[in-house]
Amino acid sequence: MKLPSLRDVATEARLLLIGIPVFLWTMIPIYHMFLFAISPKEDAFSGKLWPDHPTLHNFEIVFKQQHYFLRDFYVQFWNSTVIAVSVGVLTLFIATGAAFSISRLKVPGGRAVLNLALFTYFIPAAFLAVPMYRTMGNYGLLNNHWSLILAMVTIASPYAIWVLKQASDKLPVELDEAAVMDGATTLQIFRLVYLPLMMPSLVAIGTYAVLLAWNEYLYAFLLLSNDREITLPVALGNFLAADDSPWELLMTTGFIYALPPAAVYYAFRRYMVGGLTAGAVKS
Amino acid sequence: MAITLSGDQALPGPPLSSRLTPAQVWGIILLAPYLLVFLAFVVYPVGYGLWLARAPSNYVALYNDPIFARAAINTLIFLVVGINIKMLIALFLSGFFAVQRTWIKWLSVIFILPWAVPSIPTILSVRFMLNPEWGMINHFIFSLTGDDGPNWLNDPTVALCMAIAVHIWKSLPFWTLILITGRLAISHDLFEAAEVDGASWWQKFRFITWPSMQTLYVTCTLLSMIWTLGDFNSVYLLTGGGPADLTHVLATLGIRYLRLDQLSLAMASIVCAMPFVLPLVYFMMKRLSR
Repeated sequence: MKLPSLRDVATEARLLLIGIPVFLWTMIPIYHMFLFAISPKEDAFSGKLWPDHPTLHNFEIVFKQQHYFLRDFYVQFWNSTVIAVSVGVLTLFIATGAAFSISRLKVPGGRAVLNLALFTYFIPAAFLAVPMYRTMGNYGLLNNHWSLILAMVTIASPYAIWVLKQASDKLPVELDEAAVMDGATTLQIFRLVYLPLMMPSLVAIGTYAVLLAWNEYLYAFLLLSNDREITLPVALGNFLAADDSPWELLMTTGFIYALPPAAVYYAFRRYMVGGLTAGAVKS
Repeated sequence: MAITLSGDQALPGPPLSSRLTPAQVWGIILLAPYLLVFLAFVVYPVGYGLWLARAPSNYVALYNDPIFARAAINTLIFLVVGINIKMLIALFLSGFFAVQRTWIKWLSVIFILPWAVPSIPTILSVRFMLNPEWGMINHFIFSLTGDDGPNWLNDPTVALCMAIAVHIWKSLPFWTLILITGRLAISHDLFEAAEVDGASWWQKFRFITWPSMQTLYVTCTLLSMIWTLGDFNSVYLLTGGGPADLTHVLATLGIRYLRLDQLSLAMASIVCAMPFVLPLVYFMMKRLSR
C-alpha cells in the first residue's frame, strides 16, 4: 500500500473542511426536531444535546390523541392523505391529456395554452392565494376539501404540463405514424403507445404533485379552518395559538408528518432528480 | 403567444367540425380540463382581484402605510442579498459535490433532506432553537461565555436575516442539485487539458466552468428571485411578520391585509409588485420556451 502524499492529505482535509459544516448546517434543525420528539418536556427545554431519559412517550400521546391540540390527529392525517392523493391523480389526468394534445396531436392553439401555463407557473403562489381565497368563497367551497384540491391542482398542473410536454416531444413521431398505419384510433395511441412510454415522467410528476399538496401550508390554512377539515400542517400551525405550547408534542407530530414525504422522495429519487431538474431549468 | 392558424383555417368556410380531423377533436377534448381549471381558478380570480384593486384610494392608503414600505424594502433585501448569497453558495457547493468520493456521495444524499421534508416542522424547529430563554443556541452561548445570548427574533434586522437563513436552508439543496447537473455536463477533456497546461484552480473555474455555466446560473438566479417573492413560509412561520410588523415581505403582507379584512389593500399590494415581477416572468418565458 502506498502512503498518501502530503498533497493528497491536504486535499482531503480541505474537502472535510467544507463537508463537515455542510453536514452540520443540514442536520441541526432536523436533529433538533428529532431530539424534541424523544425528550420529556423538562429535557427538551434544558438545551441538552441528548436527553437524560430518552422516551417514546410523546409518540404515544400523539397516537392516542391524548392532548387538546391532538384530538383530531387521525382525521387530519387522513385529510392530508386524501387531499394529496386527489391532487396527484387529478394533476396527472389534466396534465397528461394536455401534454398529449399539445405535443402529439398538435391541436390548434396548443402553443398558446402552453405559454399561458408557463406564465401561471411563474406567478408566485402566495400572490395568487389572496384572489384564490376570495374566489373559493364566491364558489361556496371554503372549508370544503375540494377548495384545497382544486387550488393545488391549479398550481401543480402548469409545471406538470410543461415537463410532460418536453418529455412527449422526445418520443419519435414514427411511433404514432406506425400506429395510425395499423389502424389505431387516437385513444388507442394514447392508451397503448403514449402512456407506457411516458411512465417515468408520469411517476415523477405524480410524486411532485402529491408532495406539493402534502407540504402546502399557506393555501391549506386560508381555505380550511374547521378542526375536522384541516390538514396536518394547519394543525401544526395552530399549536402556536397557545402561550405555553407543548413544543415536544408539536415536534413529535411534525416529525411524523415529515416522514412520509421524505420516504416518498427517497423512494422515487431516481425519477425525481432526472425528471424534475431536467424540466426545471433548461439552459 | 400567437395562435398559429394555417391560411385556409382562418378563412370562413364549412362548419368547424368538418374542418377538424378526429385527432384534433380529441386534442380539444383532452385539452379542455386544463382550460376549465385555468379559466375558473386563474383567469377569474386574477380578474376579480384586479377589479377589487382598481380604486386609486387603495394605493394612497398603501403609500401611507409604513408597514407596506417596510415590507417592500424587506422583500428587496430578501431578493437581492438573500438570493445572491444562496446562489453563490450553491455554485461553490456544486463544485464540492462534483468531487468523486464515496463519503461525498453519501453527504449529497443527506444534503437533500431540507428540500425533501415539509417546511412547517423544520422552520418551527429553528424557531424554538432561537428562543432566547429555552432555545438550544442561547443555552450553548451561555455555557460557552456565561452571558445571555441575544433575543434573536425580537430585533427586526436579525429576525429578517434569520428568515433569509431559513429560506437558504430550505432551497439551497435544490439549486445546488441543478448546478451540479450543469457542471457535470461540461466535457472532462477540457479540465484534463487545463491540468496538463498547469492551470490553477481559479483559472480552471474562470476559463472553463464559468463560461459554460453562466447562462444556467443567471437563469437559476432569476427563477429563484421570482419564486422567492412567493416565499410565505420562511417569514410567516419564523417571525410571523413581527416584531411590530417590521419583518413582513410582500408575500406575508398580502395575507396580513386579508386577515384584517382589507381585501382590496391585499390585492393592491400585489399589484404594486407586478411592475417588477412581469419583466422577470417575460424574460424567463422567452428563455424557457425557445
